Amino acid sequence: MKPGEFYQRDRRWHPPALDRDYKTSVTRSPQYAPISLQNSMSEITGPVFGHGDIAPGDNDLILNYAQSGESPIGERIIVHGRVLDENARPVPNTLVEIWQANAGGRYRHKKDTYLAPIDPNFGGCGRVLSDENGYYFFRTVKPGAYPWRNWVNDWRPAHIHVSVFGSGFAQRLITQMYFEGDPLIATCPIVNTIKDKAAIGQLITPLDRNATIPLDAIAYKFDIVLRGRRSTLFENRLEGN
Amino acid sequence: MQKLDYLKETPSQTAGPYVHIGLAPGAAGFDIYARELGWDIAGPNARGERIRVEGVVIDGTGSPIKDVMLEAWQANADGIYAHPEHPGEVEEGFRGWGRVITDFETGEWGFDTVKPGPVPGRSGSLMAPHINLWIVARGINLGLNTRVYFGDEAEANADDPVLNLIEWERRRQTLIAHRVERDGQAVYRFDIKVQGEDETVFFDI
Repeated sequence: MKPGEFYQRDRRWHPPALDRDYKTSVTRSPQYAPISLQNSMSEITGPVFGHGDIAPGDNDLILNYAQSGESPIGERIIVHGRVLDENARPVPNTLVEIWQANAGGRYRHKKDTYLAPIDPNFGGCGRVLSDENGYYFFRTVKPGAYPWRNWVNDWRPAHIHVSVFGSGFAQRLITQMYFEGDPLIATCPIVNTIKDKAAIGQLITPLDRNATIPLDAIAYKFDIVLRGRRSTLFENRLEGN
Repeated sequence: MQKLDYLKETPSQTAGPYVHIGLAPGAAGFDIYARELGWDIAGPNARGERIRVEGVVIDGTGSPIKDVMLEAWQANADGIYAHPEHPGEVEEGFRGWGRVITDFETGEWGFDTVKPGPVPGRSGSLMAPHINLWIVARGINLGLNTRVYFGDEAEANADDPVLNLIEWERRRQTLIAHRVERDGQAVYRFDIKVQGEDETVFFDI
């Protein structure tokens, strides 16, 4: 059997383009239906990354921007998990990139003007390749909640942005992970662009005491699922035979 | 009844306004990685014509969107993708993948690459040269996929199985980049309208 096309994306599971409660989507959402394509070589292939592309410490946000002998303020956490596909098979050697605010809810970005301070020892980005079992981990500090301009008193729950590639361009995904028990999740207009409660649950990471490092860092587990692929049982017309 | 044991794909969330921190930190205003990814699509050894592709991404009010990140995925001049599942070899250093952000003031984006060749389509067809684009930004809840086709490939475009899937000829035109020469270089203009009159065709791939 040969892997073929990706399974159709479940667009009811993903957020719709337009959600009036997330105001920015109002003028940035296409009004026409997308044209559905059966996968060709353009969709089943995608960029390949290797260890030459990144450095070993890129996944340690506690140290990757800290001055020598210092570290950022905040709750020390491990974020770890596996990248899988919808067939529950690991996705190895795929690039996972993250970015986040610091413990006070401030981003190191020239367009962020929130009054919480920049942390001189925190950049806020990291990247890693999943291993042969699809496993990845980051060390960082827990990001803070922050206010944002949507309705006048909207607050983002603590979250980390996550970007993943997979093996084909059709698997490309950016999402956000949240933390178990955060009361701001329920009222966040961005979280609630996702209409299915079970789908939202897929973004809320549980505290993982088994992976916690005693006297050092608390762990959260975030498994990421990318689109699965068909196996071609009887025919493979994709390549045109 | 038995249960199917497939997992569900992780749902998407917007990349937000600060996507640069993670994916292009230099643009966010700080230097952290020895090497940022996606700035060199074709590499020094690529065959074919060197081109530039540029444009703006326009919202439903007709204004440029200034916090977009685009990723490009393309074959080389021989129509081969740098991927183990595509038979054939690409030039040393050719990746076919790039990442570009829009200018914070003007919304302009652009990348330098080589013009791709025609690529095998389904069932023995041939697709006209094209570059696949993926577009994310604040306010975009699920990344948008589209394709850049080339205005000087009229014959190949007319036979392209994907362009021909688009029922409305007028809408096909939204995927055609127009070529100009600037300082001796071929530049293709590809403005993307996410909403409104002449909205760009986006694909559910």
